[in-house]
Amino acid sequence: MDARIPQGPLEQKWEHCLDSLQLISPNNKRNYRVLVVGTGLAGASAAATLAELGYQVESFTFHDSPRRAHSVAAQGGINAAKNYRGDGDSIHRLFYDTIKGGDFRSREANVYRLAQISNQIIDQCVAQGVPFAREYGGLLDNRSFGGALVSRTFYARGQTGQQLLLGAFGALNRQIHAGQVTLHTRSEMVDLVVVDGVARGIITRDLVSGEIRPHLGDAVVLASGGYSNVYYLSTNAASCNVTASFRGYKRGALFANPSFTQIHPTCIPMSHSGQSKLPLMSESLRNHGRIWVPKKGGDQRPPEQIPEQDRDYFLERKYPAYGNLSPRDISSRAVKEVCDEGRGVGEMGRSVYLDFGDAIERLGEKTIAEHYGNLFEMYHHITDENPYQTPMRIYPAAHYTMGGLWVDYHLMSNLPGLFVIGEANFSDHGANRLGASALMQGLADGYFILPQTIGDYLAGKGVVGSVGSVGSVGSEEDRVGVSEVLAQSHQRTERLMALKGDLSIRTLHQQLGSILWNYCGMSRTAAGLSEALQQLTELKQRFWTRGRVTGEAGEINQELERAGRVADFVDFSELMCRDALARKESCGGHFREEYQEQGEAVRDDQHFSHVSAWRYRGETEPPELEIEALRFDAIHAQRRSYQ
Amino acid sequence: MRFQLNIWRQRGPDQVGDLVSYRVEEIGADLSFLELIDHLNEQLISSGERPVAFEHDCREGICGACSLMINGVPHGPMGATTTCQLYMRNFEEGAEITVEPWRAGPFRVIQDLVVDRSPFDRILQAGGYVSVHTGEAPDANGLPVSKEVADRAFEAANCIGCGACVAACPNASAMLFVAAKVTHLALLPQGQPEREHRVVSMVEAMDAEGFGNCSNHYQCADACPKEIPIVLIARLNREFINAALLGRAFGEHSPHHVHQE
Repeated sequence: MDARIPQGPLEQKWEHCLDSLQLISPNNKRNYRVLVVGTGLAGASAAATLAELGYQVESFTFHDSPRRAHSVAAQGGINAAKNYRGDGDSIHRLFYDTIKGGDFRSREANVYRLAQISNQIIDQCVAQGVPFAREYGGLLDNRSFGGALVSRTFYARGQTGQQLLLGAFGALNRQIHAGQVTLHTRSEMVDLVVVDGVARGIITRDLVSGEIRPHLGDAVVLASGGYSNVYYLSTNAASCNVTASFRGYKRGALFANPSFTQIHPTCIPMSHSGQSKLPLMSESLRNHGRIWVPKKGGDQRPPEQIPEQDRDYFLERKYPAYGNLSPRDISSRAVKEVCDEGRGVGEMGRSVYLDFGDAIERLGEKTIAEHYGNLFEMYHHITDENPYQTPMRIYPAAHYTMGGLWVDYHLMSNLPGLFVIGEANFSDHGANRLGASALMQGLADGYFILPQTIGDYLAGKGVVGSVGSVGSVGSEEDRVGVSEVLAQSHQRTERLMALKGDLSIRTLHQQLGSILWNYCGMSRTAAGLSEALQQLTELKQRFWTRGRVTGEAGEINQELERAGRVADFVDFSELMCRDALARKESCGGHFREEYQEQGEAVRDDQHFSHVSAWRYRGETEPPELEIEALRFDAIHAQRRSYQ
Repeated sequence: MRFQLNIWRQRGPDQVGDLVSYRVEEIGADLSFLELIDHLNEQLISSGERPVAFEHDCREGICGACSLMINGVPHGPMGATTTCQLYMRNFEEGAEITVEPWRAGPFRVIQDLVVDRSPFDRILQAGGYVSVHTGEAPDANGLPVSKEVADRAFEAANCIGCGACVAACPNASAMLFVAAKVTHLALLPQGQPEREHRVVSMVEAMDAEGFGNCSNHYQCADACPKEIPIVLIARLNREFINAALLGRAFGEHSPHHVHQE
């Protein structure tokens, strides 16, 4: 594995990389076709920018419109090292916070580049008309997020993702209008076409007609998001899935750190069996909200009647330097810990208070509403409790996946021609992502990195006139490769349609979620993970013998869609557990109970300062583990402390 | 809780649809309306019937996918909410609830409760953006925008593109949707260079898709889950008249590129 990290000092690596890229003349770019799967922040920004540069772009989404991609639901904000506040922020500090937040399990060079590009993103989005929050003087406002001691987060109320996505969607629409992007809506990628080790295209299923068809290009970009829905209950949208990435893995792309999942501390708690998701309550709420539980277990008094001295503000107590803005992994574990001690609140005792009483008293309801109006409203709708009057109740839920397909510094996977951006890749967040960094990474990848690096691949390929290229017919090998994969996609659909057992796919997905939540969630053990692997084998068998798919393949069939996604989740979760088992240390969101000191994660840098990348070797062989060693030259990998 | 659901079932765009009645029992009051449909679908699957096709995704009121006409009201009786944020505690025990897709000429029914809302995207493709290439932007704080203007722009930009406004309107007018986008960009300094071109192009695209005109029923604003203010339609009219009279003449421009889904 060559990560292709440029030589030279950290600060100049990206510039060196840009200087050394091969270029394609403006007139020749139109001869290349790039397929972009997904239209969230990463996919839409990449497709739009590639088209602006002159490439022919085909953009795919399984939604009815690009605007519905799950980036739309990102709430709190986007980080940038602008230091508009003059509170000591800098590119180096954003870089350092992100590396430390990721528990020293990400690449220095990538993270430094991310911090460098962060400022350009804000400029770009403002120019598009994204209505970020502003001060009375007309300049941009900032707030704080977990894991940082500065205010570097730009936001648009609690709807930052929506506004950024509408900006990228606008840029995409402009290119669709100009005829540079061909948009395929309601088109789900079901396989990747690889010919002679090179990514040549994708197979999609039209979700309305059921038609399965190939699309060929000179490069394929996966921007297909994360896999938190493997847990069934998560903060993700209902249709988020791992299929595009997992199909890539099964065609030879390495899957990196699949066990690095983020359990977000502040979500709506589980309350009933019909619940289909656990909506996020933005981390930004912790700017003003204080997290607490009663000091004594079994305290049945309503929260308003519990006096200060009987409350335990446990994050402020345990991590005084960062308090309620401690990073997500650490906060989630602390919440779990107090609930395990029997001090949790709510009917099932699995939640803690997020209390705005102090802030409302200090600043008034109006100010709080300006910051979080839509979140308070959402909470009120869901729980029927008014958070202006009584504390919110929150509990951790699966939210984000740091793991993803392995990519090098150019964001290309080990398969030439397959690029992976946004949450779908593994690159920048290590073992834990800091708040307001996902939007930053998705847009850095899509607007500023991939559109540059992909040109180098296309130029180096020098095969204008290949099968995907505009106006060409392609080689015999390509045609054979495509027809093989196409046939397999048809077979897979037939196999799913043949499921006529007694268990609905949703039931099987719930069973999968409960296995992973119990054994590969917020805390993991070798024994638990082995048990999970055993149960997953049984679940897989149950899926293919007892699962049921109704309807026909040649029409809208949401059960068939679900079945395809859940089948991949089941296979994928085995990889997650294997990875968690192999990493015999605790780091970030990966907490192995065997490796801790007084509840704090204990890393093992001597043996595990690396990226674990898994290679598929067929149905019968276990996957092979490949290692990319991590080097820390600019900073010292120390014990992470927020105390 | 128990309910009787009358749900629109239609196999395909060219087939005849009908309301079909289903009974659901043991429904928790904390279930969302979409979770109720999930529950019904599980029931249908276990009896070997085809489940109800419906659109949904984020289930937290922001993606704009969910789109149900509940007892004749888009997104149901609560007001200022999406169907995914509507909870069963807001219904009477034993209630009869009729569920239909958006009804509007330009939104073709594809199956059951799923309609084709791509006309909205084609309107946006016609001009709902600021034309700025990646990398061209000046420093973000180089262009101050008063807080008041930024807040009003945000209010308009809040539109989730769900289509409730069209479904609510007796004329199937999309003017609130178009007004929201036009206002968002017309208020901001970034939107000025293309202000006239934008409004004319978008209104032309809206007309081409077959949406009706506004005749002041105000149903759109009542149905809007994000409370986009009705006054924006007056602004749209003003923007359009200004642009058509003073700027680029209506109908006198080179044809658009072919729009896509």
